[in-house]
Amino acid sequence: MSGGIKKRIEEANAEAFRRIVAADPVLVDIAPAGEVIPGLKDKMILHSGPPIDWRHMSGAQKGACIGMVFFEGWAKTKEEAIELLESGAIAFAPNHHHQAVGPMAGTITKSMWVFVVENRAFGNRAFCRQVEGRQQFGDFSAEALQGLVQWRDVWAPTLRAGLRQCGGLSLKPLIARALQMGDELHNRPNAASSLFANAMAVPLIKADPPKEALISTMGYLSGNEFLFLALSMAAAKATIDPARGIEYSTVVTAMARNGTEFGIQVSGLEGEWFTAPAPPVKGLFLPGYSEQDAGLDIGDSAITETVGWGGFVLGGAPGILSLVGGTPEEALAYSREMRQITVATSPDYLIPALGFVGTAVGIDIRKVVQTNILPIIDTAIAHKDPGHPKIGAGLARPPLECFKKALLRFAERYGLK
Amino acid sequence: MERGYAIRKNRYFDSVFLMQVAQRLGEQPGIEQALALMGTEENKRLLLTMGFEAPEVATAGPNDLIVALKGSDASKLQEILKDLDVWLVRKPSRLSQAITHTLDQGLEALPQANLVSISIPGQYAAREARRALERGLNVFFFSSNVAMEDELALKQYAWKHGLIVMGPDCGTAIISGIGLGFANAVRRGPIGVIGSMGTGLQEFTCLVHKAGSGISHAIGTGSRDLSDEISGLSTLTALEALEADPQTAVIALLSKPPGEKTLHKLLKRLNQSKKPLVACFLGIREYPRPGEDRFVTARTLDEAATLAVQLATGEPVSFAAVDPQRLQLLIAEQRAAMAPEQRYLRGIFAGGTFCYEAQQLMRDAGLMVFSNAPLEGMCALSDPWRSQAHTLVDMGAEMFTQGRPHPMIDASLRRQRILAEAEDPEVAVLLLDFILGYNASPSPVGDLLEAIRQAKLRARQRGGFLSIVASVCGTEEDPQDLDEQIKLLEELGVVVLPSNAQAALFARTLVLELLQ
Amino acid sequence: MSEQGKAKTALDTLLQDGPTVINLGLQEFAEALQDQGAGVIHVDWRPPAGGDEELAELLGKLL
Repeated sequence: MSGGIKKRIEEANAEAFRRIVAADPVLVDIAPAGEVIPGLKDKMILHSGPPIDWRHMSGAQKGACIGMVFFEGWAKTKEEAIELLESGAIAFAPNHHHQAVGPMAGTITKSMWVFVVENRAFGNRAFCRQVEGRQQFGDFSAEALQGLVQWRDVWAPTLRAGLRQCGGLSLKPLIARALQMGDELHNRPNAASSLFANAMAVPLIKADPPKEALISTMGYLSGNEFLFLALSMAAAKATIDPARGIEYSTVVTAMARNGTEFGIQVSGLEGEWFTAPAPPVKGLFLPGYSEQDAGLDIGDSAITETVGWGGFVLGGAPGILSLVGGTPEEALAYSREMRQITVATSPDYLIPALGFVGTAVGIDIRKVVQTNILPIIDTAIAHKDPGHPKIGAGLARPPLECFKKALLRFAERYGLK
Repeated sequence: MERGYAIRKNRYFDSVFLMQVAQRLGEQPGIEQALALMGTEENKRLLLTMGFEAPEVATAGPNDLIVALKGSDASKLQEILKDLDVWLVRKPSRLSQAITHTLDQGLEALPQANLVSISIPGQYAAREARRALERGLNVFFFSSNVAMEDELALKQYAWKHGLIVMGPDCGTAIISGIGLGFANAVRRGPIGVIGSMGTGLQEFTCLVHKAGSGISHAIGTGSRDLSDEISGLSTLTALEALEADPQTAVIALLSKPPGEKTLHKLLKRLNQSKKPLVACFLGIREYPRPGEDRFVTARTLDEAATLAVQLATGEPVSFAAVDPQRLQLLIAEQRAAMAPEQRYLRGIFAGGTFCYEAQQLMRDAGLMVFSNAPLEGMCALSDPWRSQAHTLVDMGAEMFTQGRPHPMIDASLRRQRILAEAEDPEVAVLLLDFILGYNASPSPVGDLLEAIRQAKLRARQRGGFLSIVASVCGTEEDPQDLDEQIKLLEELGVVVLPSNAQAALFARTLVLELLQ
Repeated sequence: MSEQGKAKTALDTLLQDGPTVINLGLQEFAEALQDQGAGVIHVDWRPPAGGDEELAELLGKLL
């Protein structure tokens, strides 16, 4: 009976929406991944996107894995690292299967310190690694690894001490304010990063770390515009996870890419991935790079769009347009478009440039397929080969095929075929 | 000759916009041919027959845009294809609202809507029409290529729920003074008309306007409504509504001959008409015996309009704007200038109804005519692209409009046909129709002026004279300038008559005289 | 059935009030309606489900 199922879907989606907007993400800790991420073992690399094996990984993700092998000391040379990775001795798993998310290649291993965000409304936790401009793009050079080492040895432990001083940091107020300051929390998290640095300044000093560590860490906070991306990703993950597994719901609970495939997950189809070949990113390139060099769309950072930030609020972040290309009119049009494929708008995260309308929340796979409007993601661009840092930024859309597959599976699962 | 292709995945553009894109691309220097089509199986076959074959075309899907170019300059081709997206930008719409993508979003934005106008590809149209009816909305159904069983199901649903489906394949309607589809700006008045023929409704409403009266509503029913499969569901619905409508005093019914069973049922119903009624079944051989006063019959659209206005006003009406003696002189003049081998009539119509009406008038005089859409008793053209003897061709028929806009919008095929006929030394008379109104070309006459001039010149060069006879269907209120359109024709020596029937009669008289 | 006795249908209302239109398809049709002063909203319609028949059917049941 058509009437019956439509009603159930609407109710399930309303529940998903309710849970998403009820979220209260709080940064509670920063710790080595092996200590806090459930199921993360030794000789295991968590990666961004849907499940994939070494053979099929994109160049950037392979480069990032080589970097992690070095970082953990599992091999000393590139050849050894590749041999190890090919051998099957290393287990691979998506971040999403372990309540985690990672930017670009998104590689997380046990010694990588991660942000721990707890959703106080439901008690669940989410983890995200540091965001930087080299290793996560596939660069496994000494300089790239240096950044990871600094984070592990100096910045992360110092931040942790500071965090302990303030007993945790509520992220919702920072996010709401940043959205009103022209951030979209994905490619432009600058205001949020500043707000975070401000919030941590006094606690860091109170924690009384060694002076050099304090100076280095505060310098890192104030100089890293992309710092907050890690927090918005973890906050987004913590926000959406309680909406997983609601029977009959057609709301998207994850959008993630591994550089080879784009995958989505759906609330009423918990545990399954719906994948299709990853699309290219259309955008602007850093000097010396061009379209020819680009790898395909990659990263778990589309988790921000999944909860209505990032590309969904481009209309409120004109500053980003110089980075990804496009006009203010186009940006506004995107944001309006997104309202047509979501359940409703957020009551808390309001965008001044859009007339204080809330962010569009709860991507509905039915509406995507019906209207042919795909979520808009703004994202960084990695090289297609291993060994390079970030090469550009731009816009991408998931393949319609992911949503079609999900819809067909939904029909099967809920007895309509 | 070089060919080049570009595919844009997962984009959708309506067919008219794509025609315009192809047209603009085709006008570029160095480009001989340009096509812009959605990757449906049908379109891909079309491309193949035109020599456009490439793997990316073969793998394109119905939701992908294919642009195919043929030209002499490979680099120019590539240049255009590289910058293709610039060509695909729609000119900013004159429409002033938010973008919606589905019927339900449209309804949310305009909750007081009472009608859905559907002009999307045929295979999706029935489903959208169903959705519209389920939401209590009437349907103006312009799209064609809809399955008969879908049409029947839709009309049965509409019948049960007090709604109307105007179509499928309905080109024209005027509801409460507002034109839907191809329609003319006509005065409001007491005459309501129901029609299964779009240009028939246009001509009728214009003639009523010319006679000083007006139209309450013009309700299209779609071309198949009076077939035995559909048995007149929309026609009967419209009839009941016009009988109940306080603004309607007289009702007219225009259509091709109904199916036999349906005709029988319809006549009974017409005899019970609550208001004076005129019925015109264009092309019917013999009229069934009319009933009482309430129901009269007409043989042409002119006659239908005349009778309707007389019934409404009580006054006699005549449309013949030209004095019959003058017409006789004109015929003699035109005939005298012709070469001895000239004898044939070629009618090149944009309006299907006009082609049909002209054929009926030829048949009435015992003239045999070829056509791509032959009237009963006439002959089918073996090749619709080549005329034989007397030929009246409907350029709006499916075989010509595949992948192109209708000749009321795009005159290129009619232009080519006129020039082709002009090469035939046996052609004596060309019969043309020009249709003004909303959504028609901004200058239907202007579009063919050069071809007309050329055609007349060709005949003169051979020592003969090509008579060109035309009618212009429109009113002084239409977006185009009616007087100007007529003037342009007369300046070239075209004989302009006030209606299609009269133009056909003039042509017929001339041709019959040439037989002697 | 007498004229007075018959309930007013949606078609009767349409004839009385004039059309307020949701336009699916050709943008020109919507522009022409706007030019005539009729209430109209243009729907930038695309084939549902990217032209996939099976999915379009399915969507009819789910949405």
